Amino acid sequence: MLNVCPLSELPPGEALRVPCSPPIAVFRTEEGEVLAIDDTCTHQDASLADGWLEGCQVECPLHASRFDLRTGAVDAPPAKRPVRTHRVEVVDGMIQVELSLDTPNLPPGLAAGSGANA
Amino acid sequence: MHDITIVGASICGLYTARALRAEGFAGRITLVGDEVHRPYDRPPLSKEFLVGTYEIADIQLEDEDEHLDLNYRLGQPAVGLRAREQSVELADGSLVRGDAVVVATGARARTLPAAHGLEGVHTLRSLDDAIALRADLQPSHRLVVVGAGFIGAEIASSARGLGLEVDVVEVAPTPLAGPLGSRFGGILARLHERAGVRLHSGVAPATFEGDGRIRAVVLADGTRLPADVLVVGVGAAPNVEWLSGSPVAIGNGIETDQHGQTGLPGVFAVGDCAAWADSATGRPLRVEHWTNAVERPTVVAQQLLHGRTSMVPRPTYFWSDQYGVHVQFAGSIVDHDEVVVEDGDVDALRFLVTYRRAGEVIGVLGVDSVRQFTRRRRALSAIRTPA
Ligand SMILES: Cc1cc2nc3c(=O)[nH]c(=O)nc-3n(C[C@H](O)[C@H](O)[C@H](O)COP(=O)(O)OP(=O)(O)OC[C@H]3O[C@@H](n4cnc5c(N)ncnc54)[C@H](O)[C@@H]3O)c2cc1C
Ligand code: FES
Repeated sequence: MLNVCPLSELPPGEALRVPCSPPIAVFRTEEGEVLAIDDTCTHQDASLADGWLEGCQVECPLHASRFDLRTGAVDAPPAKRPVRTHRVEVVDGMIQVELSLDTPNLPPGLAAGSGANA
Repeated sequence: MHDITIVGASICGLYTARALRAEGFAGRITLVGDEVHRPYDRPPLSKEFLVGTYEIADIQLEDEDEHLDLNYRLGQPAVGLRAREQSVELADGSLVRGDAVVVATGARARTLPAAHGLEGVHTLRSLDDAIALRADLQPSHRLVVVGAGFIGAEIASSARGLGLEVDVVEVAPTPLAGPLGSRFGGILARLHERAGVRLHSGVAPATFEGDGRIRAVVLADGTRLPADVLVVGVGAAPNVEWLSGSPVAIGNGIETDQHGQTGLPGVFAVGDCAAWADSATGRPLRVEHWTNAVERPTVVAQQLLHGRTSMVPRPTYFWSDQYGVHVQFAGSIVDHDEVVVEDGDVDALRFLVTYRRAGEVIGVLGVDSVRQFTRRRRALSAIRTPA
């Protein structure tokens, strides 16, 4: 379990990038749900934490593919592959993330370990 | 409506086919393309593909599990439009008949005739161009890029990253003054210098020296730039000549109304080849950006099938990735009277500025400010949505 930050530090509608390897993005939706996905878009090297959160989808800040935060699924190209999702728990007011053991779908040219620099 | 022909098998043609299917069209869609390749994405050609981090498979636009059921006619240029029958003539003499035609033939790179005939001289528009240029970008080679627009700058950046010595020549006093205004065009041009690329602006190339292969570019002020590779990046011209025998109105691109409908019933144009009537001014405006090629096909599909559209076009948006920096622009700078630095540090080349007209924000430029940019872009969309 990765301690991210106190829930009170992530207001609804906001996102936070956790600079682990590969980096992850933690979102708090307007409805209050806290969800985590890999931060790097599967199309190119863009940080999804910088994207636009709408409901429980995030639009990539560069080329506007949208990812479902619950499933990681992408709605339309240019991104084609889903992002990994990570399980989130809020324990005693602290956001905790359990990192997925699946292989991340990093964009071509980015090996695991390097991160989005956007 | 049973049969629709799309001419131009690139991103805009493919997205038109997708949009037609998404709107419920179950008839035949024929996609005519002069390139032999299935639709691929062009922006990486000057970026990831050129430096070799992307291969052909990475830029394919079709999804494996997508069942669009398209009838491809590739490697076949369309050579004429028989307007009354909505039929398209192909170079091999065959005729593709249909009930409607969507023209998405895009644009091609402009050339400099004075440099023709020398080996090592390139333009960059297609996958084949990119394959040829990539093979020529050897670290020991010296590259001269003529034209410091977005694509020229990206090629310079990619080549520099591969270890080449690079000079960029720009005829205008400041690069990118058209899209960004001269102040911020000039500021962005500092990216070249920072990366060790020499920028020569306000001077034209006068002669191209070579012995079969390009050896040097001599500028109008006498400067001689040694070169083994020359890239001409002086903009793009719309592919519209094949329509010249038809009654379709052609200016700088195929002129249409605000929904891509030409003056001919059942004939539409969209993407880089088209000049749609601008919603603000009513004048034809050709837009050469990726998001335009992706968003407008939905308008065309709805208009073609239902005679109306529910799509509200978003303000123009484009990006450019150069020297490891994300440049993003949304909206317009036309008639701006003020530029406000909203965030960041202009000298550090990480900033967000807004272009304003009479106080109203009409454009947003972000340089390595992706998060702030996205917020501003959304705000711009909200303001511009007609009531
Ligand atoms: C190197 C490069 C980098 C770019 N980078 C960016 C970027 O970073 N950001 C951005 O916003 N935009 C970028 N663009 C622009 C973007 O790629 C274009 O806006 C987009 O490709 C336009 O799509 P289109 O389908 O309208 O036209 P095109 O992609 O030009 O496709 C037109 C197709 O029609 C074919 N054709 C032409 N004539 C005929 C004929 N008579 N019969 C049959 N077929 C024909 C052409 O060969 C081509 O395959 C870039 C473009 C290039 C070339
Ligand atoms: S980087 Fe995310 S869609 Fe292109």
